[in-house]
This record gives sequence, structure tokens and C-alpha cells, in this order.
Amino acid sequence: MKDVVRVAAGQGFWGDWLAAPRRQVEGGPVDYLMLDYLAEVTMSILQKQKERDPKMGYARDFIGAVDSVLDAVVHRGVRVIANAGGVNPHGCADALLALADQRGVRGKLQLGVVTGDDLLPRLDALIAAGHPLANMDTGAPLTDVRDRVLSANAYIGSEPIIEALGKGANIVITGRSTDTALTMAPLRYEFGWDAQDWNRLAAGIIAGHIIECGAQCSGGNCLHEWQSIPDLWNVGYPIVEARADGSFEVVKHPGTGGRISVPSVTEQLVYEMGDPHSYITPDVTADFTSIQLAASGPDRVRVSGIVGRPPTDKLKVSIAYRAGFKAVGTLVYAWPDAMAKARAADEVLRRRFEMLGMHFDAIVTEFVGATSTHGHLAGDGHEANEVQLRIGVRSPDKAMVEKFTRELAPLVLNGPPTVTGFAGGRPKVEEIVAYWPALIDKTVVTPVVEIRS
Amino acid sequence: MKVRLLDLAHARSGDKGDTANVGVIALRPEFYPILVRELTVERVAQHFDGMITGPVQRYELPNLKALNFLLHGALDGGGTLSLKTDAQGKVYSTALLRMVLDLPAAEVAAVHGGTARDA
Repeated sequence: MKDVVRVAAGQGFWGDWLAAPRRQVEGGPVDYLMLDYLAEVTMSILQKQKERDPKMGYARDFIGAVDSVLDAVVHRGVRVIANAGGVNPHGCADALLALADQRGVRGKLQLGVVTGDDLLPRLDALIAAGHPLANMDTGAPLTDVRDRVLSANAYIGSEPIIEALGKGANIVITGRSTDTALTMAPLRYEFGWDAQDWNRLAAGIIAGHIIECGAQCSGGNCLHEWQSIPDLWNVGYPIVEARADGSFEVVKHPGTGGRISVPSVTEQLVYEMGDPHSYITPDVTADFTSIQLAASGPDRVRVSGIVGRPPTDKLKVSIAYRAGFKAVGTLVYAWPDAMAKARAADEVLRRRFEMLGMHFDAIVTEFVGATSTHGHLAGDGHEANEVQLRIGVRSPDKAMVEKFTRELAPLVLNGPPTVTGFAGGRPKVEEIVAYWPALIDKTVVTPVVEIRS
Repeated sequence: MKVRLLDLAHARSGDKGDTANVGVIALRPEFYPILVRELTVERVAQHFDGMITGPVQRYELPNLKALNFLLHGALDGGGTLSLKTDAQGKVYSTALLRMVLDLPAAEVAAVHGGTARDA
């Protein structure tokens, strides 16, 4: 058994820095490269892409990421774990095998493909069998929106990833596995942690939580003493150096920018936190109030003392459904009295909606540069030098939202003065794909692992 | 004496559906009891009056010298439904740090490293 296992984070979401994966495998020793691509709404975007082209439906950035680290995977034994498969893990594997052909390394890649999370084909059978898939926030049954559902995926845990590693995979592709399992699984695999070793499993999950957002724990988006964080242009993404006892250190490669400190790691620990006593995953329930942090060197934080408990008998399900249409438009008003002009323009628009019989489920007006993010806490904006009026509407009626998009530009000539910033043309109507969180009994979800080469 | 929460704490915020979470972290361990005492659910709900439609929940993390607040109904439906600039609650963190606390002079002196200074 290795004394230390190093898991490096290379992507924190689909759209993250493309240079990061390669920098992680070339900047120093790492055993695993962990790439997290899936946010709550990503699955529905991928499902739409798959509807248009059955070969799509996975995070295409991943193919370029693997290409950029191919040498480390083929010649140095670095293994890659990613939830890039989205709603089409086998489509993702096909694309990787095509890449392997192109680069002359076919046979050197063993792809572990994890499926079984996709519940969409089984949805009606599951509902008929008494699984209501009620919305966790509102309690409403899924039947309320069943005809508008685009995707439904159970969050699966570390077991199938471990199985794939055990079968020799050097690249593991999953669909909707939990972000944290991507880090915990290789630690559990390497150290042979038992499935009921709650404290160590929880430690692996918390290691995953710390690095799953990439540089957000190593100086990126860090409020604490942000002005003194060095060289963000050259930011080092985080690496977990874990030991068999479940303790670990968070580090980054030497010579990189950013900062790993107790405050930077603490900011990431509280990110998207609910009840800190119960961070529920398919494998274990982790207690964030047990975490002990200590600086153990420059850009090095030791994490220990973590306590875990058995998980629940449910899995979370991420469901996406069509929920109407929206559009957001903007205009910029200049000094003097920028805020007063923007307010007057908003008033003009709303009176015109009324006059023209335009009704919406929601109209949201914000004044960017004054109060758009902090509301009345930021004052009344009267001193703002320039203000962007930002107005958005939402409706099940696409034609109504389209009508809205034609009402903004006329204000340039027939509304309050000193207005600009309309060069982008009419706002674009977007279909809303909304998120429906639900729970389902673990027993009905069976992950499947296949090795392809 | 008045002091800004910004001088006692740092913070990060994020989202879960229509709920924003704000983790508030003491800048020094000795400030944590002040946060626990001052940042009550009522005080935070009052701070965000008019900006959120649901209740506020609070959790304590003495090990991290942090409090975690859940602000329900903070994101106009959240995620893709929301029409807000900050649909994912990324900057509720500093919105909370705008809070001004009324503290005893000795505590304000500690915050400002020895000399009491009114905010």
C-alpha cells in the first residue's frame, strides 16, 4: 500500500480553465487526476444536446483534457476519474477511443464506464411502482411535471468507481456520480477502506468537497486578504495528499500562484453548505463540525478529526424539466441622474406592458452598478455615475416573452435621455430548464461498470 | 460603538435551489463568540428584509469558527428559473458583511487591534 495517495483536481465545473489538467500532471507528482464537470443544471443541457445528436450528451471539454494529459496517463500511470459522461458515458468513451486511435495509443487506455444512474427510461415504471419522486423543496409529486421532464439521474457513490479501478481502468468515466465520490473512491480503493469505515469514508468525502471546485480552495474567489493572494494568473489547483488513517493535507504544486491557507480552505468548506452535521452522500453521512484544520507548511493545510455516520437508504435524484421561457435585456444610463433615469425607464416599460396587455409570471428589474446584487443594503444608487437597467421576464407563453424582447430598443429614442449600450440587439428568448431535486430508494438503482479498450 | 461585520469576519456564499447559504468565518478565533452572540437568526432576517421571501436558519461550526446561514427564498426561484444577476447567491456573502454591529468599546478595540474607532 502507498503511504500517501495524491488526488489532483483539474476541473471544478464544465467551463473551467482548460490549462489546469495538464498543469496538474506536469507540475509534480500526482496519482489521480479528478475532473468534475457536472453542476445541477448540466445534465439537462447535455440531454438537450443528445436529443439533437445521439452521439453527444457528455462534457466535450473532457476529450481535450484527456488529450492534454495523455502522456502522463499512458507513460506515468496517472489515472483519471471524471463525471464527464453526463447522459451518455458510452458516447464519451467512443470519443476517447477515437482519440486513442488518432494518437496511436489504442490498447494503452482502459476505460471504466459507469452507467446505471440514468432513470429517464424507467421513470413511468418507477412512478407506477410507488416512487413519487416528490420535489424535496416543495413536496409536489413528479406527476405534476412528468410530461415536461428532460432528464432524471440518480447521484451514485464510490462503489462503481472502485470496481472500475479494480478492473484496471486508467480512465473512469461516470454519469451523475456525486462530485465528492470522484475523490473519495480512489482513496478508498488505494487504502482498502471498509464500506462501513464511516470516519475514513467521511474524510474522503470532505477531501472531495474541498477540491471539487478546483481553485476555489487555493486562492480563487477567496475573500480573505484577497489583495495579497499572489499570482492568480498562475494559480495552482489543489491536490489532496491522503494517508491511510483518513487524515490528509491540501496542497498545490510548487512554483504556482494562489494560496492554500486555513481561511482559504474554510471558505470552500462552507460553500453550498446545508446542515453541517449531516452532509449526506450515497456512501456516508459526514459531519462538518468535526473537521480540524491546521496550517502544516507554506500553502499546506492539514485536515483531521473527521467523523462520519452511516448514510441514509435513499439516493438523491437530479431531474430537469421544461419550465417556460425567459428573456433578460439591458440598457445603460449615464450621468447626470443615472439612477433616476434608469428607474424612469423601468416605469415606462411596465406601463407599456400594461397598456399592451403583456402579462408575465415574473418581472425582475435590477440596477447594475447600484443595487443589483446587494439591494437596499447598498443604498439608493443616487450617486452612481452610470447605471445599467437590467430587466427580465418569465412566462409559459413564448410569444409573450418574444414580445417583451421588442420593447427595450424603442426606449433609446422614446424614453429617458442619455441612454446607450443597446448594440447587442434584442434580448434572446431562452427556454427554462428547471431543477427538480428528489429522493429514491437505493435498492432500485444498480450501477453498471464496463471496461472498454 | 459601531463596527462593520466586514472587520470581524470573511464569508463565502452559494446556492441550493432557491436557498442561498452564507458561511461567515471569524477573522480571529476570539471574534467567534461575538458572531454567535450578535448574528442571531432574527438579526440576519431583519438585515435581509425585503430581499428574501422565506425564513433564515443558522448552524454553528465552532471547529471552523464559522456560522452557516441558510436564506430561503433568496434567489427568485434559483438556478435557471431566476431572473436575478446573482441567481446562484454568489455575492450574498458580502451583502451580509455590510451589517453594522453595536459592540462594547473593549470588543471594538480588539477588532481594531488596540484602539477603539467608531465605524
